[in-house]
Amino acid sequence: MMPRRRVSVLRSILSFFDKTLDIGEMEARKLRHDPSELLTRAVQPALWLVVFGEVFSRVHLIPTGNLSYISYLAPGILAQSVLFIAIFYGIAVIWERDLGILHKFLVTPTPREALVLGKALSAGIRALSQVVIIYILAVLVGAAIDWGPINLALVVVFAILGSALFSTFSLIIASLVKTRERFMGVGQVLTMPLFFASNAIYPLSIMPGWLRFIARLNPLTYEVDAMRGLMVVGGVSVYGIGFDLLILLAVMVVLVLIGARLYPKVVI
Amino acid sequence: MPVLTTEHLTRRFGSFTAVDDLNISVDGGEIFALLGPNGAGKTTTIKMLITLLPPTSGRATIGGLELSHSAREIRRIIGYVPQMLSADGSLTGRENLMIFAKLYDIPKEERERRIDELLKFMDLAEASDKLVKNYSGGMVRRLEIAQSMIHHPEILFLDEPTIGLDPVGRRAVWDFIKKLRLDFGTTIFLTTHYMEEADKLCSRVAIMHLGKLAIVGEPSALKASLNLEDATLDDVFTHYTGGELDRGESFRETRMARRTARMVG
Repeated sequence: MMPRRRVSVLRSILSFFDKTLDIGEMEARKLRHDPSELLTRAVQPALWLVVFGEVFSRVHLIPTGNLSYISYLAPGILAQSVLFIAIFYGIAVIWERDLGILHKFLVTPTPREALVLGKALSAGIRALSQVVIIYILAVLVGAAIDWGPINLALVVVFAILGSALFSTFSLIIASLVKTRERFMGVGQVLTMPLFFASNAIYPLSIMPGWLRFIARLNPLTYEVDAMRGLMVVGGVSVYGIGFDLLILLAVMVVLVLIGARLYPKVVI
Repeated sequence: MPVLTTEHLTRRFGSFTAVDDLNISVDGGEIFALLGPNGAGKTTTIKMLITLLPPTSGRATIGGLELSHSAREIRRIIGYVPQMLSADGSLTGRENLMIFAKLYDIPKEERERRIDELLKFMDLAEASDKLVKNYSGGMVRRLEIAQSMIHHPEILFLDEPTIGLDPVGRRAVWDFIKKLRLDFGTTIFLTTHYMEEADKLCSRVAIMHLGKLAIVGEPSALKASLNLEDATLDDVFTHYTGGELDRGESFRETRMARRTARMVG
């Protein structure tokens, strides 16, 4: 028999993940009631793959090893679309604060970390539809998709993790700026640098040193790196899938802890 | 026995004192109202009592628990309905209740029974599987009260529960609040702008002005103290708040109140 203390720690850990899943489930139910938002999100990645991708694969400017540029680009666009959706997730926090929904959740005994992680998980659920859409688009533009089931499963894991990570980052920003107008401003300012200072559409090797340094600090780089190694035939992960996973998980834990401190302050 | 006490409870924002040395005591089973003009400190007081805003100084106990170091335990025994419309429109009534049943650790075998009980109690059983965005304002308010009652709290905090409702909807909410007290023995702590409502519903009222407690007592006693013929609670209110025009209410609060009123109406 386990000592009572350990049982109670175990129980609180289980209850923590239980609460996280409850919050995630609620968001999934909302999506089931109204899935239309999932379709409108297909537009932007389609433009990147079809317009940008098609043009740049003709000029052969970017060194992509053995990969065609479209195959090189597809994982980058998947990571990018996950980022672009997740980074505006914080607007929901401000909206829920204005409505009082947030107050009610904060008055329940739910641990703050579970509320933040539950929100992150629900952003991850939304990323799943992104995976499906980008895979379809990628096939249409002729990317060499790797259909291995383990690779597919891992792409899903990285999409959820990336979405959870950037949505938590977004939640932290929302907790700091507190109004919709300021949030939209900051969101716009952040997305492009995160995107361009990464390996999403070109490799780090062609970047100037200072930019390469920034890109190495950018979590999106590791998200793209893993996706590139998993999603397309002949794709290579420069840092290794395990290392990418470790980096993203570590950043996620830090962000959730910061978010749990700042999130309750939104209502003050 | 008091279930809620505050001693010298104070909250400052910079140099502005929103709540100034508040001392009140609420007994179990009371319906207690906090009245006052906009910006008097009612919402700040509630936010402190429901553990969302730490006081600058002073102390409070809720259900015998100290606010300063038992926030998590206090959250288990209180319910809260914010002023704004806070039920989730993109979920059904039943789903709105289910999420709170889970967050309050109601055991699985008990959840459905409690949800059905509350839906029936609040007269929402027929609409339970409809999306809340199709509810009327009064129905949403009743659903929100049901949400906050799912764990049978000892004290229920209601911030302007009838704001924006028409007279019929308002009366229905009053009836449910009275019934809650009778059936569950819940202590009710509410804020309102409607003096008539406070007069009919509440065992005691406290009037706040400029962050301070101006007077507290039974509505009948307060009315009698004015020595006016046919004095109403409106007269008491004007007497203690000077009847001056609003001050403090911020643009954001005004915007929220109007938005709530629009959504309800």
